[in-house]
Amino acid sequence: MSSTPLVDRHEHGHGGAHGHRHPAHQFDSMEQQKESSTLGMWLFLVTEIMFFGGLFTAYMVYRHMYPVAFAVASSTLNVTWGAINTGVLICSSLTMALAIRSAQINWRKGSMLFLVLTMLLGGAFLGIKAIEYHDKFVENHVPGNVLNQPFDFVLENAHEAAAAARVDPLYQRHAEIFFSLYFIMTGLHATHMIIGLGVLAVLLFYTKRGKFDSEYYNPLEMTGLYWHFVDIVWIFLFPLLYLLGAHTH
Amino acid sequence: MTEHQHPVTPVSTYVYVFLALLVGTGLTVVAAKVDLGWASTPVAMLIAITKALLVLYFFMELRHSARMNVLTAAAGFFWLVLMLSTFMMDYGTRVATVLPVAGK
Repeated sequence: MSSTPLVDRHEHGHGGAHGHRHPAHQFDSMEQQKESSTLGMWLFLVTEIMFFGGLFTAYMVYRHMYPVAFAVASSTLNVTWGAINTGVLICSSLTMALAIRSAQINWRKGSMLFLVLTMLLGGAFLGIKAIEYHDKFVENHVPGNVLNQPFDFVLENAHEAAAAARVDPLYQRHAEIFFSLYFIMTGLHATHMIIGLGVLAVLLFYTKRGKFDSEYYNPLEMTGLYWHFVDIVWIFLFPLLYLLGAHTH
Repeated sequence: MTEHQHPVTPVSTYVYVFLALLVGTGLTVVAAKVDLGWASTPVAMLIAITKALLVLYFFMELRHSARMNVLTAAAGFFWLVLMLSTFMMDYGTRVATVLPVAGK
């Protein structure tokens, strides 16, 4: 325990293994400070669960109502891109964990390296997502009438189209609901990725300045929690959006 | 004052979790390509939940977290399950009589 717990020396913490850290003055110890940060972050993540949870609920209800339309609409998504993106995101979670671990062992260069890798992988994910969105625009699978291109869902396989229409005569309209959910859910997820990339850029800057070390790396760890949470959302989005009609192809 | 409440996780642990997550992703795709009938969604969700637990436990450090944090995380997911299940209790039981179902 520090003998001068009320002194906040964060402002001139030069990092490194030698500097002795003191918590901000409202905390008794570095551990208490870290626990408070972690609990606060988890409370935020609970609101995020509810945020995405509403969309998952909407998805569940509509899929329950229009299972055939959801399956045929899902089968027009590119499973290969979706699977690659899942791998890219999991990989970025690994590099994020290693960035934090590097701070824990006072390896500043390693921390920077892994933060950059995490950002590159996050960027790759968004790039692939952009390719997929572009394909959907070309195919007129964007709901509504965006850029004067009305939604138009035509199944290439006439036999499949007839089978869908037999069960659900309005399957094209119901496919539009699927794509609305697809764009909202992946769009909200991508928004989280973009925000995450911004936070990572700030962390990279502070890491370079030597603000973090084995005694203090709360911002790195809290951002890690956020980044991994966004990964978990995608782990559920991938099978729910991409794989509904996979066995028919 | 102890600097760490827990030892630094070995790189190998993170790599094993990473590999397990990749295997899980492959498994999801393979399971979806096979026609499992009604079981396909439960199987996909079972794999996804396993993957999510791996991320929560290892990457998000819940295994070393204070119980308060574990409780907070669990409460969040519990409420989500409550929301999903109460919605299904409603829509799952009334669709046939109230909402027009295509083809019936």
